[in-house]
Amino acid sequence: MIELSHVTKRYVESTALDDCDLVIAPGETTVLIGPSGCGKSTILRLMIGLQLPDEGLIRFSGQPLELSALPALRQRMGYVLQDGGLFPHLSARDNVTLMARYVGWDAQNVSRRVEELAELTHFPIDGLDRFPLELSGGQQQRVSLMRALMLDPEVLLLDEPLGALDPMIRFELQNDLREIFSRLSKTVVMVTHDLGEAAFFGDTIVLLRGGKIVQRGTLQQMLNSPADEFVARFIQAQRAPFEAMERRP
Amino acid sequence: MRSNRSFFAPGRSVLRSLPFVSRGLFVLFFFLLAYGAIAVAEVKPAPRPLVVGSKNFTEGVVLGELVRALASTAGPADHRQALGGTRLVFNALASGEIDVYAEYTGTLTHEILAKQKPGSLEEIRAILDKSGLLTSESLGFKDNFALGMRRDLAERLNIRRISDLRAHPELVFRFGTEFMERGDGWPGLREHYGLPQEDVLGIEHDLAYRGLAAGEVELTDLYTTDAEIAYYDLLTLEDDLNYFPPYEALLLYRAELAETHPAALEAMLRLQGEISEAEMVSMNARVKLGRVQENVVAADFLRESLGVEIHARETRRVDRFFRYTGQHLALVASSLSFAILIAVPLGVAAARRPRLAQVILGVVGVAQTIPALALLVFMIPLFGIGAGPAVVALFLYSLLPIVRNTHTGLMGIPLPLRESAEALGLPSGARLRLIEGPLAAPSILAGIKTAAVINVGAATLGALVGAGGYGQPILTGIRLDDMGLILEGAVPAALLALCVQWLFEWAERAVIPAGLRTRSRV
Repeated sequence: MIELSHVTKRYVESTALDDCDLVIAPGETTVLIGPSGCGKSTILRLMIGLQLPDEGLIRFSGQPLELSALPALRQRMGYVLQDGGLFPHLSARDNVTLMARYVGWDAQNVSRRVEELAELTHFPIDGLDRFPLELSGGQQQRVSLMRALMLDPEVLLLDEPLGALDPMIRFELQNDLREIFSRLSKTVVMVTHDLGEAAFFGDTIVLLRGGKIVQRGTLQQMLNSPADEFVARFIQAQRAPFEAMERRP
Repeated sequence: MRSNRSFFAPGRSVLRSLPFVSRGLFVLFFFLLAYGAIAVAEVKPAPRPLVVGSKNFTEGVVLGELVRALASTAGPADHRQALGGTRLVFNALASGEIDVYAEYTGTLTHEILAKQKPGSLEEIRAILDKSGLLTSESLGFKDNFALGMRRDLAERLNIRRISDLRAHPELVFRFGTEFMERGDGWPGLREHYGLPQEDVLGIEHDLAYRGLAAGEVELTDLYTTDAEIAYYDLLTLEDDLNYFPPYEALLLYRAELAETHPAALEAMLRLQGEISEAEMVSMNARVKLGRVQENVVAADFLRESLGVEIHARETRRVDRFFRYTGQHLALVASSLSFAILIAVPLGVAAARRPRLAQVILGVVGVAQTIPALALLVFMIPLFGIGAGPAVVALFLYSLLPIVRNTHTGLMGIPLPLRESAEALGLPSGARLRLIEGPLAAPSILAGIKTAAVINVGAATLGALVGAGGYGQPILTGIRLDDMGLILEGAVPAALLALCVQWLFEWAERAVIPAGLRTRSRV
């Protein structure tokens, strides 16, 4: 679905991604995880074209991600940020429907789709006419998810979507998200720094460190045969929440 | 509260296709532009009447009224009153923006034609002829420069002649701004007499008289036909070393008047030799001390001396108010509309390209630092006199606040929001229209408000170049020492600034998206 080959991205001070190869399989949820600055968010930003690689090539469904092709390709992807990135001057409904109206959907289709998505994301219909500042953090993330799903994209990219939420809301939204992913069976790429969350969502987990992919596989594989000392330590450090997650039915 | 839910799919009307915010700005802007266009059109009528000009002192305006009144017996004639100093009015004549004004021989020889140094009236005429200008015969009186001081002070210091001033270096001299600079003014006088005074400054001519009366000024330059000489009991110092040339009053006019307005020319030339010095002093006195309007004084003179019946009446205050208000609003509305039209795109360009931003902000910043008075004068050669230079100058002043606030507003949008719009797949133009524009709207509108309020105040200076507006009664009021007239301009100007402020605060409520005004309820 999305393919990175020999991708390198440098910043002034450091290298964010170093000769990285990664293939995202269609219909699966891939979770990118690693310590701060490992390059996991950079991969997501490169996929949606907010940044361009210094070297290497990124393909979306086989098509190279070039500047001229970006606006069209982006309509086939949904992107959710940690703090939602909702436009404060538009109501929840207008945020969700912005692109659909821009590409010329008729009003009936738009409102049918909004109702569908509100039901899917468990967002109250009467909240649709509120402004983002009038919504709670969890509700904002639901709106953000609706906005990302509006055009029924092939791929959903989520950058720490639950990172800014308090634990109770986070727990609730985690469950809802997993249910949504399984119902839609879309290709999902999610960035997190929380191993428990990675295990909860991920068909495949990609562990990064210093701009390189260290290990790729299921959590079980990483637990049983860590690729190196770092993988073992990373998993050990996050063991406690992971176990707590395992005990839950 | 609900946001506006207009649809902006292709195929809808332009106005409907804009989101709420842009639409509000759009309507406000076109209101301004339309008003400016209509009002400017009113200020500059299309048909071509004879245009009389005058310098900005009372006698010049009275002579201008006399000429206009006579010319109007033969056809339409306008008088652009008190346009400015000698240079400005002469240049307006030379470039054909006015057809005639009253000038003095001494000013021609020592100031206007100082380089050619003509020795006689014949030589003056020969030089002017090359520029297509003609002079009338003398109107019958001289209005010489002289130095004057209060009689009591002069007697106490035993001063009768200009050379007596050498013994009193401590005296405070205040001269009319023009006299300070002119070739036949203070620089030459000081050299000619070897005067030692240090405390010498320029001041508005009419204010100098008030300074003399109050004792704050001890000596000033006089025009010998000034009514104040008798009124304040001033002593005119004898020019014992013959510095000042004679200043014979005459009309300076464009040669083609003989063809374009022959009857008007013939009528106005009836003034030749008709005005005695005493009559001129008395007319000046009626205007300056008697508070009679110049057109009435001129009509009375024409009836009594030439037997010409002219219908003249004092303009009513309310008529003047509406005229000045119309002119003032026209200046503000047109300059502000053009500024919005140019400055908002400049601000957007600056926000999009950081390197361009330095250039753009630098250039509009420099425009802001040029003193208003200087900017107005720079504009005259390019745009003539009247509303043109004033609108351009006000336009330049309005650029900086709008450009800067547009730039700041766009740059202040948080990065996640800008990236969200990009990640959605909106192209650059749509992002600007749908997301960045509305988010920057409060800042842009604040910039326009600042520009408008500055503009209302600065537009009073437009009267200096003949643009009219509330500055006109203020200038006339200063000239005539008439506080009522000054307030007639100053009070409405202040009220208009308040109204503009209020209008924009109302517009903010209407234009700023509801979502940006909402406080979090959670």
